[in-house]
Amino acid sequence: MESLFADLIQIFAATVRLSVPLIFTALAGLYAERSGIFDIGLEGKMLFSAFSAASVATVTGSPWLGLFAAILTGVLLSLVHGFASITQRGNQIISGVAINFIASGLTILLGNAWFGQGGRTPQLANSARFTEITLPFAAEIAPIPFLGPLYSGLISGQNILVYLAFLAVPFTWWVLYRTRFGLRVRAVGENPGAVDTAGISVTWLRYRALICCGILAGFAGTYLSVAQSASFIREMSAGKGYIALAALVFAKWKPLNVLLTCLLFGFLDAASIRLQGTIIPGMGEVPVQLIQALPYILTVVLLAGFIGKAIPPKAGGVPYVKER
Amino acid sequence: MNAPTAASTPAIELVGIDKRFGPVHANKNINLSVAKGSIHGIIGENGAGKSTLMSILYGFYHADSGQILVDGKEIRITDSQTAIQAGIGMVHQHFMLVENFSVLENVMLGVEGGPLLKRGVAAVRAELGRIEREYGLEVDPDALIEDLPVGKQQRVEILKALYRGAEVLILDEPTGVLTPAEADHLFRMLAQLKAQGKTVILITHKLREIMAITDTVSVMRRGEMVATRKTSETTMAELAELMVGRRVLLRVEKDEAKPGPVILSVENLTVKDARGVTMVDNVSFQVRAGEIVGIAGVAGNGQSELLEAIAGIRKPASGRILLNGEPVERLDPAKLRKKGLAHVPEDRHHMGLVLAFEEYENAILGYQDDPKYLKGPFLDIDAIRKDAVARIEDYDIRPADPRLKTANFSGGNQQKIVLAREIERDPACLLVGQPTRGVDIGAIEFIHKRLVALRDQGKAILLVSVELDEIRSLSDRILVMFAGTIVGEPAPHAGEQEIGLMMAGIGREAAE
Repeated sequence: MESLFADLIQIFAATVRLSVPLIFTALAGLYAERSGIFDIGLEGKMLFSAFSAASVATVTGSPWLGLFAAILTGVLLSLVHGFASITQRGNQIISGVAINFIASGLTILLGNAWFGQGGRTPQLANSARFTEITLPFAAEIAPIPFLGPLYSGLISGQNILVYLAFLAVPFTWWVLYRTRFGLRVRAVGENPGAVDTAGISVTWLRYRALICCGILAGFAGTYLSVAQSASFIREMSAGKGYIALAALVFAKWKPLNVLLTCLLFGFLDAASIRLQGTIIPGMGEVPVQLIQALPYILTVVLLAGFIGKAIPPKAGGVPYVKER
Repeated sequence: MNAPTAASTPAIELVGIDKRFGPVHANKNINLSVAKGSIHGIIGENGAGKSTLMSILYGFYHADSGQILVDGKEIRITDSQTAIQAGIGMVHQHFMLVENFSVLENVMLGVEGGPLLKRGVAAVRAELGRIEREYGLEVDPDALIEDLPVGKQQRVEILKALYRGAEVLILDEPTGVLTPAEADHLFRMLAQLKAQGKTVILITHKLREIMAITDTVSVMRRGEMVATRKTSETTMAELAELMVGRRVLLRVEKDEAKPGPVILSVENLTVKDARGVTMVDNVSFQVRAGEIVGIAGVAGNGQSELLEAIAGIRKPASGRILLNGEPVERLDPAKLRKKGLAHVPEDRHHMGLVLAFEEYENAILGYQDDPKYLKGPFLDIDAIRKDAVARIEDYDIRPADPRLKTANFSGGNQQKIVLAREIERDPACLLVGQPTRGVDIGAIEFIHKRLVALRDQGKAILLVSVELDEIRSLSDRILVMFAGTIVGEPAPHAGEQEIGLMMAGIGREAAE
């Protein structure tokens, strides 16, 4: 019983760690898509931000400067996406895919040129990383059954970005539903004409939403290379940007749903790692690939209309042009 | 009545407004003066430039030249924000509402009263209550827009404008989506606004509304402001004539028609649009071989929907369409083509052509399955181009280059491409919508001659046009449509005025 509970705590801790980049990235996508700009380039933004964070942390030794560089990277890539899809009214999917390609190629190229380790960045010292924070009384509470491991093993001992990710969810909810900016972002994703005739610039509003998107993508990238690991590794985002996009759809573009969905997808990831090689009597080895594919399968099932209805922002993907 | 005196400053004055969209001259040197506290109607056919003019006043478009004076002071309206600040509100033809927002959220969008919503929500709620009581515009502030009927949605648009402190309210075709009862309610609201000293500008193409509610009326035609009248001193007949205008057209030489058997027969046809509004209401008529039947009417009275229903693009709500005695109302356009029904759509850019295609590709659009264009499963490009070249010569399409992108042809030549494609298929019945819209004089003559020649070959032709002259010179029989019904069949040589009255729906009233 005790060991089963300890196992669960371990899986939950892994779930939290694996869901953090998804939460940041899905929230990033939420700002963009709620404003009517599809962002398939989340993967590339996360990857490039991870590279910037690791590079700057390596050179300066400061994780905070690394985070700053990652945010800058995310915002710049968002602005590129914005220029192509808002100002030039280009295809948002093409622009996003282009960002993914650029990120995938340029990180390896620059990494190799600067550090000469085949696209990796040098191993970061702990002082140049975001490391685990032990919350007060963790050691004292630990011996208490159930509550102790829960507090010391799950709630305490995470790095600062984990806490920020979980705070970003209610914050985004507050921005979206309780501020002027949020009201306008929600409106512009549904009917930009209503925003325009209310005397608000559609262009500037969408750019601002994309800047929010870039900032959060920067956090996601930093978490990958400077908190979860200790260096940048080529293609280290490994499709998380796409899973986050799936999570965003599964969450029906709502912040609190995003948290739950990302935890679910993170849990599936954690479970598949945990169950690797486990043999179930009578059934053979656990099909890990199936569990890894579940986020996508669930999203497709949702889109097919089996679990409620996912209605995207109505003006999503369509460049705003006044009539005529 | 607060009748405007000559001395009072007009609420709105437009001086020399000019606007072009590429080659289209939408507004030509427009002057307009709207008296304070009056309801001023602007009437004209679709495409006359009314909406463009009002969008300029609301800062949605920028005029190429001209001045806007509000309360006698010149104002540079650069965007909707400056228009709102100048006290101008607009209810657009297509509502500018966020459908999954509440009424409250829609009203406060753009005037939230600070970076946080909390204070603004309370203020809007209180102010909405006041406006609602003052003008009798009840609507539940927490209802979602998508749950409201269109009449209520429109009310929200008016509330939006009033909440922003509008002194001048522009309504663009406000009754197009309303039921008659809702429209009556709207007019009572407008009268109430006027009584409170607000100025209302009403854009419409419906004469009845102008007569019912406005104090003054201005008529626009083809981008020009052609007249301004006191409503009490004008008549529907005069306005109808001003709207449609007299156009100089070349007369078409043709002999008497020799009508043969009935080819196309429409029986009790009713067509509804996507919103469920009845556009064609229980219409019946026949077209015989060897005759041109023209459908006259002010644009927007159901002619387009009638044409599309017959062509198989719109599914009729009820009624029957017979082609050579065979019911065809369930068939799609491809099957109808095979049965000998060709269609020259009203909007060649939208439905008739793919502008990005080369000329020869458009020349077979819809007929690409014809065996003579196929080599096994593949298109026989050589045969198609050879055919296209022959067509280009025959119809004098210029430039004579089948490889040229269709967008690069002039309007007249584009129309000839469509016409050649449909006529050369030797159809039993040809539907033609606005055959000469945006077409130069030379091409008009050519197109008219071709249509008459087709008639003389014994084909049935149904012509829909908003150009009364075109209808009169081409048609052997004329049917007049008004508000979705055929209101009359004037004699073949009826005068313009008589037909004009019918188009304004006056013929029907006299008959009733």
